[in-house]
Amino acid sequence: MSLPDPSFLVIQCLSGLTYAMFLFLIASGLSLIFGILRVLNFAHGSLYMLGAYLTYYFVSQFVNAPGQFWWAVIFASLSVAIIGGIIERFLLSRLYIREELNQLLFTYALVLILSDFAKIVWGTGQLSVSRPAILKGAVPILDQYFPEYNIFIIILGPAIALLFWLILHRTRWGRFIRAAALDREMLGSLGVNVNRLFTLVFAIGAWLAGLGGALVSPLVAIVPGMDVEIIINAFIVVVVGGLGSFWGTLLGALILGQVTSFGILVLPRLSMVFIYVLMAVVLILRPWGLLGKPLQR
Amino acid sequence: MSKENWFLIILVLLLAFLPLTESRFYVFLGTDILIMGLFAVSLNLLLGYTGLVSFGQAAYFGIGAYTCALLMKKGSVAFPLAFAAAAVFGAIAAMIIGFFCIRMTKIYFAMLTLAFSQIVWAIAFKWNSLTGGDTGLIGVNFPAHLDSPIRFFYFTLAVVALSFYVLRKLVNSPFGRILTTIRENPERTEFIGINVKLFQLIAFMISGFFAAIAGALFGIFNHSVFPDFIFWPQSAEVLIMSLLGGIYNFFGPVVGAAVLLYLRMQVTSFTQYWPLILGTILALLLFFFPGGIVGFLKSRQVFTRKNQCS
Repeated sequence: MSLPDPSFLVIQCLSGLTYAMFLFLIASGLSLIFGILRVLNFAHGSLYMLGAYLTYYFVSQFVNAPGQFWWAVIFASLSVAIIGGIIERFLLSRLYIREELNQLLFTYALVLILSDFAKIVWGTGQLSVSRPAILKGAVPILDQYFPEYNIFIIILGPAIALLFWLILHRTRWGRFIRAAALDREMLGSLGVNVNRLFTLVFAIGAWLAGLGGALVSPLVAIVPGMDVEIIINAFIVVVVGGLGSFWGTLLGALILGQVTSFGILVLPRLSMVFIYVLMAVVLILRPWGLLGKPLQR
Repeated sequence: MSKENWFLIILVLLLAFLPLTESRFYVFLGTDILIMGLFAVSLNLLLGYTGLVSFGQAAYFGIGAYTCALLMKKGSVAFPLAFAAAAVFGAIAAMIIGFFCIRMTKIYFAMLTLAFSQIVWAIAFKWNSLTGGDTGLIGVNFPAHLDSPIRFFYFTLAVVALSFYVLRKLVNSPFGRILTTIRENPERTEFIGINVKLFQLIAFMISGFFAAIAGALFGIFNHSVFPDFIFWPQSAEVLIMSLLGGIYNFFGPVVGAAVLLYLRMQVTSFTQYWPLILGTILALLLFFFPGGIVGFLKSRQVFTRKNQCS
């Protein structure tokens, strides 16, 4: 086998990186919600899907407005955050006293409901959003071209990661959130409104999923089924990186992004099997993930 | 004889007369309910009796379906042998997967069972030359002597009734009591000298064995086998069936399967939005009837002779 063209490898690596950033956005919300609320949110992929559909909706509403795509991204992701907050506040919070299985199945009920909701509102056809005008071009890399929009995503991903790290580690609410992950009863008895904190955390997690969906909308066809497709990959990311671990999620996303991107080239048959094997192996050897910490309880 | 044994006998007798209605619809629905009921009961051995939330039960269902169909279609193996092989393969797969899974607790157990079932799914999806990949195996015919829907219905009824009989004997035996003890408190069970992991593994294998039987039946019933049999929403659906009927009762999952399949049959005839309805049912169930249908009916009984909801 001849050695592949280096520029081709770079492009492949960059596409893997773009995908990794989307995975990171979604998985970090999933991991945050699990870390604090101890709920494995199956509906996270649905919130992502909703982000994409809502971006399509807002783009069509803001036709001819300057920066319509960016406004649509902001409105769509915030709408998803509000929907997430409402779901947590009025529904999910009532199930915390029950078994974990009930919470898990409730989020699965949401998957079913939201997927049909999207079908009823937007139909079953493929929808698309065009890339924002200022990022329509492509950048020459060696002797190939790579879309500017993807480069923007590759830069934005770490920026959001950094922002979140700062919020979690440098602000008062961030400290509450980290404390809630360790001992929610103690935090409550110290006078913090834990219920409100949980709603906030769920809304932030939903916002991240919505943002992921909003930003991915120019790159993929918006179709029913994109929720189920992404959620398992997001699970793999958080499991490999470590449930509740921030940097682990980033690492997991990078690994899965590259495995997906190169696996298709090297062993197209086995790449899909490989990512599940990776998940199983990590769970068996280090159930708390590559960068996570073992649960105390 | 206990109330539930009578229930089984009456159910079998009633169902035996079902083909007399000469309605292809009811024979079809009856076969479907019996198969999915067995699948749900096999899951409930883990879920309700042992306290293990498996999110990958579809793996054994799929392995059973593929093993039986492949042996019959490509290996030209006689049906009884292919059918037995399917069940054994299901148990062996469950032994290998269970060996790793039982080391995990709670959410990690669920995630690992999910990961393994997705591995099985990905293999079925990608191994085109063997499994037919995305298109699946089409043209899995009724075996000889069972070549009509009614004959196949009676065969299914016999297999499922026998399976229920064996499983009921099992859960009411000392072995079954130990499983329930493990569900209630694994640490204490360990303290009284019981090898908890071993018992969990055996329960996992038995569960895989019966799930594979259900899968093998379903492949023939469906005349085809698809990777979708193993995809994770299938595992979720059987969980919902069990929960809908009630997991703390042996026949609860069968009731759940019957209600769900009947509803789906009715609902899909006038709307395509079945998932919306299923999701709503599930949400209502979780909020208002956490004990499932059977749990709800039992809680309404004022004069229960003894508390059977252990």
